[in-house]
Amino acid sequence: MLHTVNKSPFQTNSLETCLRFARASHSVLLFEDGIYGALKGTRLESLITDSLKSYSIYVLVPDVEARGMRIGDVIDGVKPVDYAGFVDLAAENTVQAWL
Amino acid sequence: MEDEVIKKFLYVNRKAPYGTIYALESLEVVLIGAAFDQDVSLAFIDDGVYQLKKDQKTSVDSGIGMKDFSKTYLALGDYDVNKIYVDKASLDERGLTADDLMELVYEDEDDDYKEKSSISIVNQDELALLMEQQDVVLSF
Repeated sequence: MLHTVNKSPFQTNSLETCLRFARASHSVLLFEDGIYGALKGTRLESLITDSLKSYSIYVLVPDVEARGMRIGDVIDGVKPVDYAGFVDLAAENTVQAWL
Repeated sequence: MEDEVIKKFLYVNRKAPYGTIYALESLEVVLIGAAFDQDVSLAFIDDGVYQLKKDQKTSVDSGIGMKDFSKTYLALGDYDVNKIYVDKASLDERGLTADDLMELVYEDEDDDYKEKSSISIVNQDELALLMEQQDVVLSF
């Protein structure tokens, strides 16, 4: 199962609820404003770091860079993907979009 | 159709009613989907649990500009939509219990058409498992 989050964690609780229901063997992809949840130094960082022990979290690079951020700003262990990687993940999994 | 493929559909509802159109749109999609004899489940999480609050009162002259569609949930059982899962943690943090929700029921045709509750209050592990079992998850 692939969970996707496209909203800032400071705007909605979509990311936190998503992480509450994500399980080992699942993947989580952060894109659009969702990428803010993947960045170092936020209130969410420890939650993300803990979650990485159980499952993979991906972040869509073009959306990171579009917002003036760099891969270096992303929490260690969060995997960068491009559009093709996004498509692969979506094709391989049932998708749950946390709007 | 004998070779009809039945898929498992889960509709995930996470928005309160009336403030946005999500809740009403979800309900309409569920009712449309019910016509196709698929295996349908509904989950209510976060503010979505407010959709099932009983005693919702809106009318043409209430001023909110939206009809009270909460009564439509009561009809779901007649459309064989009778697997309705409510996240307990979401109820708890809003100070709600099962008693605050509408009584959604269906008639069990395998049990002499006894009227049974459609609602299950579940924890996050049960809901996570339910999500894993689906072919399609539609979020609202």
